[in-house]
Amino acid sequence: MIQDFVYSRAKTVKEALDLLEKYKDDYKIICGGQSLLILMRQGLVAPANLIDIKGVEELNYIKFKPKGGLKIGAVTTHSEIQKSSLIKKHYPVLIDMEENLASVQTRNWGTIGGNLSHGDPAGDPGPVFIALNATVKMANKERERSIPLEEFFIDYFETALEEGELLLEVQLPVVPPKTATAYEKFNIIKNDQGIVSVAASITLDSRGSTCTDARIALGAAASTPIRARKAEKLLIGQRLDDGLLEKIGKKASQEADPVADIHASEEYRKYLVKALTKRMVKKAWERAKIIARKGGL
Amino acid sequence: MEKRLLHITVNNETHELYVEPKRLLVEVLRDELGLTGTKRGCNTGACSACTVLLNGLPVKSCSVLAMQADGTEITTVEGLADGGKLSPIQRSFLDHGAYQCGFCTSGMLMSATALLKESPKPAKEQIIEAIHGNICRCTGYNSIIRAIKAVAEGKYKEEE
Repeated sequence: MIQDFVYSRAKTVKEALDLLEKYKDDYKIICGGQSLLILMRQGLVAPANLIDIKGVEELNYIKFKPKGGLKIGAVTTHSEIQKSSLIKKHYPVLIDMEENLASVQTRNWGTIGGNLSHGDPAGDPGPVFIALNATVKMANKERERSIPLEEFFIDYFETALEEGELLLEVQLPVVPPKTATAYEKFNIIKNDQGIVSVAASITLDSRGSTCTDARIALGAAASTPIRARKAEKLLIGQRLDDGLLEKIGKKASQEADPVADIHASEEYRKYLVKALTKRMVKKAWERAKIIARKGGL
Repeated sequence: MEKRLLHITVNNETHELYVEPKRLLVEVLRDELGLTGTKRGCNTGACSACTVLLNGLPVKSCSVLAMQADGTEITTVEGLADGGKLSPIQRSFLDHGAYQCGFCTSGMLMSATALLKESPKPAKEQIIEAIHGNICRCTGYNSIIRAIKAVAEGKYKEEE
């Protein structure tokens, strides 16, 4: 049973920030509410004030500039991302991600800003966006600020959003040349949350043989999405072979700090991190190689 | 809890009513408007039995606050038939026995309706994807897929 709350609806960012200020002692922001309403129904979250930003149309956009990269407004739905031709062309891994994110119904109403603000370490967008080097823009009544997404996640269901602060936008830089990203989650039922997920982004040199940059992000492998930085380092300057993949997988698994729950033990999650890291690095590498051979993006 | 005014169009009929902001769309449809064709299944957003179309898109009415549907157009299973005449997908479900206990049926029909509107000739994979979120505990998926496929193949076109 959902507890009583005072409902307010914002139509603009300004209205939303005013409401956050007004109710700063006790509020929750609702956008699509696909995660929040579940928690409210279970009584786990019972805010005195609910501030609805679903109708803040100025935050509903997907923009791409060849030099500036991608900007996605916080209230953009998963379906809008999934169906965006701009995203399909420039960030195809996001389409892979969205196609396997929950159900059609959830994607039609759930939003990207809501997903990130929920701060669930098993969420799909976190690791994928981190692998793509995302930044998030937030604002309160006084100022705007942007931080790398990997610093946005603080702990289970806890983010860097301060009291009175609203997530406005996710920004992705232009994908560097000869770079590709791959993402996969392991689950029992298709489109469920991942028991573990891994995103890997690989940049190759001009000949397409040696790795010059790598980003590996793990989902549901710690209290937040995390980067496997030591595993990334092992890739720099190397050529791909099975021995290297094995080392990277092992290293990423050591960097993971998962918990046990009804879905998997800690040990099994670590094993999954290793297996998926190997797979995703290989997949991203092969995609990057194809891009390098074509001589373009 | 203070009630708030909600304007909502359901099956082409406009309604104005006062609701508690904590009411879910499924509760308003069933308990306030008496449209009990929309089923409340798991009530946790997992089963999609409560699927309705919101501005043409399938959503789970148990996972949308009624106030968030203010100003939108909702289609429920009651809105599929035209006068007493069942829609093609409804007739096909009947012909193919695409239900067992029937509890998931209205949600399945709404997902199928949205799919066929977006892509009138979906491949089998698209059909499976479209009803992926709709759980049938009787596991009668094959007949449901056959029923949707039959409409996609034009078998129910302008049948009088």
